[in-house]
Amino acid sequence: MREPVVSFDGVCKSYPLYHHVRGIKHLLFNFPRNLKAMKSMQYEAIRGISFDVYRGEQFGIIGHNGAGKSTTLGLIAGVLKPTSGRVVVRGRISPLLSLGAGFHPDLSGRENVMLNGILMGLTRREILEKLDEILDFTELGEFIERPIRVYSSGMLARLGFSVVAHLDPEILLIDEVLGVGDIRFRQKCAKKIREFKRSGVTMVMVSHSVDGIARLCSRAMWIENHTMQMIGDAKEVVAAYQAANADEADASDPVNEDFAGVEL
Amino acid sequence: MKAIDLGNHRSLENYRDLLIILVQKEIKVRYKNNVLGYLWSVGNPLMFAVVYFFAFKIIMRVRVEAYPLVLLAGLFPWQWFANSVGSSPKIFVAGSSIIKKVNFPRHIIPLASVLNHMIHFCFSLPVIIVLLLFYDKVPPLSWLYGMPIQIGVQLMMLYGISLLLASLNLFVRDIEPLASIIIQMGFFFTPIIYTEDLIPERFQHLIPLNPAAPLMINWRNLILEGTLNFQYVLISFGYGLLFLALGYSVYKKLAHRFAEVL
Ligand SMILES: Nc1ncnc2c1ncn2[C@@H]1O[C@H](COP(=O)(O)OP(=O)(O)OP(=O)(O)O)[C@@H](O)[C@H]1O
Ligand SMILES: [Mg+2]
Repeated sequence: MREPVVSFDGVCKSYPLYHHVRGIKHLLFNFPRNLKAMKSMQYEAIRGISFDVYRGEQFGIIGHNGAGKSTTLGLIAGVLKPTSGRVVVRGRISPLLSLGAGFHPDLSGRENVMLNGILMGLTRREILEKLDEILDFTELGEFIERPIRVYSSGMLARLGFSVVAHLDPEILLIDEVLGVGDIRFRQKCAKKIREFKRSGVTMVMVSHSVDGIARLCSRAMWIENHTMQMIGDAKEVVAAYQAANADEADASDPVNEDFAGVEL
Repeated sequence: MKAIDLGNHRSLENYRDLLIILVQKEIKVRYKNNVLGYLWSVGNPLMFAVVYFFAFKIIMRVRVEAYPLVLLAGLFPWQWFANSVGSSPKIFVAGSSIIKKVNFPRHIIPLASVLNHMIHFCFSLPVIIVLLLFYDKVPPLSWLYGMPIQIGVQLMMLYGISLLLASLNLFVRDIEPLASIIIQMGFFFTPIIYTEDLIPERFQHLIPLNPAAPLMINWRNLILEGTLNFQYVLISFGYGLLFLALGYSVYKKLAHRFAEVL
């Protein structure tokens, strides 16, 4: 059972900081200098991270803004390539579910479901078989025929999660999305996620609602300052993370309790 | 659970569906955003033909027979070429939302865009036929092999150019204005509003240096006379291969960094 489906081995990811060299003028006039500058000016978003995620596991990633969580998910999804180190993924990956507009803003929800599924690697036939089930799950009603640029962020999240959850991925990547759904949808998602647990779908989720991570995930990783601070049992990692941020957390504690019942 | 390939392992059927849905998407988006839709892709060359006819036939009095037909036989294929090249720098930028979320062969997006422009050209063929009939000409039989050759060669060239410009534009954002200037200049250096025999003798040997010229000359001769200059076919095919190789190698070098610069 302890079969790793995602393995990171000493992974570093640097982003180039060369936005100011983007123009041809700069490129031509400062060519030799810029080439050198481009190589040296890198921003390390992730430094030497190694971990494994095992089959059927619900794995959480927590950490401060800009710590490198989304970068880690991008590396798993294969849209980013590591600068050094090795990323091995065994299994079919879902599209990265993240905040913001889904696929094409001018296409309707229904058309986006189709595009989304085909991008995942399914064929039109396979998606048509499940289309009704997916559209039902979104509960978007007549909005499904409207262009998604008029959707609210919660509606986009509904659409995104519904597609991804119904097309049988083996590895599900979720970046923050579920936080914007309403209570009812979160409960629905929580139910779906529990189903995933039973059917052995691996899930990697990033969230700032650490209570949700503690409840839904079996293991978690805490990324601090672009390196791995701690990995292990989700509840222990979350507790350590909260303890480390106790000063700031004090003030917001009552707020946390307010949301405690419905958090994912 | 059903065994469905995701991520990198795609079936042929999935590739086909991906291409179809991306082309459909382009067409839908294009037609959803303007009321006149199809009329634009036909109306644009027609209106410019009127303008050029006025400027060059009525004012400057060029001596070319059936000048409106000559203009249109050049303008329709050129519009396909120019629109495709002109929109190519933005292809990957416009697809940023999917590029940042899913790992799939990105070179399929420019392919969809090139096919989309080809479809628009094919839609304009009936208009060309009507105009030929109006001038008492019958569409020649040689179109049966001439059209596929010309369309195929132009597709190759445009796909190569699109891959090249779309990839480069993510890293050097000046590509877009640069492309539009080159297209505007290319228009006048290519026999479109004039015929190739109007080009002075001492410049004739320079024609093959312009990648678009042999192609466009063949288009007009094919549409009006039903003839193809096979030397020109070979030259444009060569350019097609060259652009494909260039475009693909640049794309290959840069593709893994697309998501981080978008
Ligand atoms: N495409 C990019 N180009 C340059 N720098 C980037 C890029 N993407 C992310 N970064 C930088 O890398 C660091 C890590 O970013 P990342 O998006 O992984 O953070 P995060 O942990 O997801 O943060 P948040 O909690 O705010 O979502 C940040 O400092 C960010 O500025
Ligand atoms: Mg993030």
